[in-house]
Amino acid sequence: MSRRRRDSSDEEDVGHSARKRRRGSENIDIEERLESLITRVGEKSTSSLESNLEGLASVLEADLANYKTKIMRILCSCVVKLPEKMAVYTTLVGLLNAKNYNCGGEFVEMLIRNLKESLKTGEYDNAKLIVRFLADCVNCHVIVAGSLLSMFDNFIEVTLEDNIPQVRSDWYVYAVMSALPWVAKELHEKKEAEFNKLLSTIDNYISKRQKIHVPALRVWTSDFPHPQEEYLDCLWAQIKNLRANKWSEKQIVRPYLAFDGVLCEALQHTLPQIIPPSHNEETTYPLPRVVFRMFDYTDVPEGPVLPGSHSIERYLIEEQIDRILRTNFAERKDCAAALLSFPSKNKIPLNYMIVEVMFSQLFLLPVPPYLEIFYGSLLIELCKLQPGSMPQVLAQATEMLYERIDTMNVTCIERFSNWFAYHLSNFQFRWSWDDWSTCCQMDPELPKPKFVKEVLLKAMRLSYHQRMVETVPESFEALIPEKPHSEFKYEKEGAGSMPGTMVAHQLISAIKSKCTPEEAMVLLKDLPNPLSEEESDPTYHVLGIDEGDPTYHPLRIDVFVSVLLHLGNKSFSHSFAAIAKFHHILKLLADTEEGQIWLLRTMFEVWSSHQQMMVVLVDKLLKTQIVEPSAVANWLFSSEMQPEFTKFYVWEIMHATIRKMSKQVDKLQQDVEDAKDKLDAAKRKQADGLMDDEDEEIPTDDIIERMEERLEAAQNQQKRLFLIIFQRFIMILTDHLAKCEGNSIDYNTPWYKWVIERLQQIFLLHHELVFRYISTLESLLFTSDIDFHILEIFQQFCALRS
Amino acid sequence: MSGFRAKFPSGSVALSAYRDQHFKGSRTEQEKALLTSSTLYVGNLSYYTTEEQIHELFGKCGDIKRIVMGLDKVKKTPCGFCFVEYYTREEGEYAMRYVNGTRLDDRIIRTDWDHGFKEGRQYGRGKSGGQVRDEYRTDYDEGRGGYGKIIATKITQSRDPM
Repeated sequence: MSRRRRDSSDEEDVGHSARKRRRGSENIDIEERLESLITRVGEKSTSSLESNLEGLASVLEADLANYKTKIMRILCSCVVKLPEKMAVYTTLVGLLNAKNYNCGGEFVEMLIRNLKESLKTGEYDNAKLIVRFLADCVNCHVIVAGSLLSMFDNFIEVTLEDNIPQVRSDWYVYAVMSALPWVAKELHEKKEAEFNKLLSTIDNYISKRQKIHVPALRVWTSDFPHPQEEYLDCLWAQIKNLRANKWSEKQIVRPYLAFDGVLCEALQHTLPQIIPPSHNEETTYPLPRVVFRMFDYTDVPEGPVLPGSHSIERYLIEEQIDRILRTNFAERKDCAAALLSFPSKNKIPLNYMIVEVMFSQLFLLPVPPYLEIFYGSLLIELCKLQPGSMPQVLAQATEMLYERIDTMNVTCIERFSNWFAYHLSNFQFRWSWDDWSTCCQMDPELPKPKFVKEVLLKAMRLSYHQRMVETVPESFEALIPEKPHSEFKYEKEGAGSMPGTMVAHQLISAIKSKCTPEEAMVLLKDLPNPLSEEESDPTYHVLGIDEGDPTYHPLRIDVFVSVLLHLGNKSFSHSFAAIAKFHHILKLLADTEEGQIWLLRTMFEVWSSHQQMMVVLVDKLLKTQIVEPSAVANWLFSSEMQPEFTKFYVWEIMHATIRKMSKQVDKLQQDVEDAKDKLDAAKRKQADGLMDDEDEEIPTDDIIERMEERLEAAQNQQKRLFLIIFQRFIMILTDHLAKCEGNSIDYNTPWYKWVIERLQQIFLLHHELVFRYISTLESLLFTSDIDFHILEIFQQFCALRS
Repeated sequence: MSGFRAKFPSGSVALSAYRDQHFKGSRTEQEKALLTSSTLYVGNLSYYTTEEQIHELFGKCGDIKRIVMGLDKVKKTPCGFCFVEYYTREEGEYAMRYVNGTRLDDRIIRTDWDHGFKEGRQYGRGKSGGQVRDEYRTDYDEGRGGYGKIIATKITQSRDPM
């Protein structure tokens, strides 16, 4: 192996092959064959599952002598990597255990080790799968029912711990509950009294949990027509129904039943004691959820009945669909095929359940598990494969979501509008627009017209303005977006009397003749600064500069930026090139926050009709560090932008700005860590006397210190950004609430809904970051004297982790 | 799907069979570039599809570093392809997984890994200035200038026999 480990042509395969060759190719063939056999069992086959399992069990038994550890490892991997075939593997383990008791024991031991590791490292999804697997192993006579119950008891004991976040005990209770559909019957039959006690403890816990977090996670604020339940409440109701049904359900596949004769002869193992790792400050747990319900059996016109919301079947099928999505998210065609070959698809309204689970993920708060476009492209794939049924279900779903949009959370409305515009763009924007025409007469700030308007804006971005005009009926005229164009004030009527017009035109000629930035700057120098004059245009005093030298030159900014953006108006690339060429001037002009805000204001004057252009321009200005994130935030909250405040693009910019700030901090953090690692590695090498002449630059302590300073500065900048945003929100909302109270009007106006939910959105979308500042926020901003309507948003957010 | 070892990119993110004949370097070097690239080639665009539309769609997969529109070498107008460059390969993979094979401007577009944009690669390599495929195409495609160039020439010749 090369001493220089940086040789990047070493792919994993190559290294792997090298290792393979050393071990002896024959052994490798067998290992690969074993892995293939094990991972393939349960797939479509000409033989029955039972005979395949029997055959495989025999083969593995024979290979146990030489490959036991390898086989155990593969099986353990299957537990977490192929959970959709869990019953196949529990049965296989059952058969192996019947043939070889020690083998069964070693497998269980290995699996328990993996469980403990998963709990320690916070891999909760894997841990849940392992718990379920262990539970099913009781059904296969591999594990003693009583010892599983002991493990469950240990998990439930977490609810007795003091000073822990509720999300910790939630997870352990959830892990037990989600395994019950598989093993409850066995536990009831073998250990009725102890099992009842466990259930009673769970019941008690569920009823005592605090649910402050729920409003923050609901897709709809209304419980009509379907209650939006907290996930543990819902699952517990489903389990209680299962109990009432004597623990019988119709959904779970149990191949081990066919082998009962063999399996009941097997000796069972007792689990070692499993104590959940104790909680410490750094541990995080999965966030709570609200169950998304949009369909009930009345929505399915014909065919199999949709299982009720509190039936365990509903839970099990949704789990399975969810699992298929999580396993196949990387390959949308495979995913669609797997969804449509759902095992019991003829007994359930599959398309409806797929659509509901997919939307539940798309609308999940805080964030969907996967990219929004995954759901969009998968739904298109499903429509392709089921052209006679899926499009109709989707259309019905869209209609329902639209009907209920008044109480839908703004984050979800946004995702809905993004998805719908994208979906339509793949189907020539064909839609029954007329059915929605009543929204055109409504107050445009209401959810329905706003949704339609935003859909059209997004659809326009994927096509062009004229297409939108042609697509929607004439009645929709008020909602059609303005035709995007640049506004250049220095060429309009009345420009002659403006102070900057002459220089503007000089600049245009100069730039068109390919002048240098220095030459352009010379032209600007002559422009007077209205801020430093006594009688001057009051517009420029908007930002309230009192005395002393003005910190920026609004007229120079106005002229230069208007000219530059107007000249670059042909495309994004043209604008980017213009910004790049004159980057230096822009930085000079906008070297204070006031200057940056003025720059953004000028950009808005030019491009207010082209929201997409503004989004990419702000992005570019941030990337090239011409403006700072705090300037963008302050600009968006400024009085000039108030008429724009509830438009979706404003929040596109806001969140992109926050994310950019995060990316910068992350990168600086990574740089510091990498530099420290390099320095440590070099120090170790030096100590060992292995210094290499060819070694790359080693960062000095000085360099690292400077990097850490940069990191700290960025972190402060990030904190400041959040403080600005939250503070401005408090101001703007308090103002509104006070005004409404003073005039005795209802505070709950359309504007209020958008704004309060946007505040909520800041908390949710960036919750990991915001949590770091929670004590500052509590002591500085969200104090007890703040209006309760604002304070409760903060409290709901805190409840997410407590 | 069986086996858990990381393999050569497969499925949606696999390399296609296409290799750039103008690539300056060996086949191995081109393959290496293709395997690490975060630039995509996008094909079957309409001549009228704009950078803005491309940005909107591909922006759903990640942060776009830049878009370079493919241009007719003679006319310097878009000729139906472009390059989309992300900052990370992962974002490019998302586009391969979720955008490839879906529609933009009513046309099914195709994405493929590209070894990286260099000046000059934005031009079509067909004799008439557009893409090679538009030289030899026999169908009528309204979004791509009508008939393929060779056929189109034959049609005009047959209409005006000299």
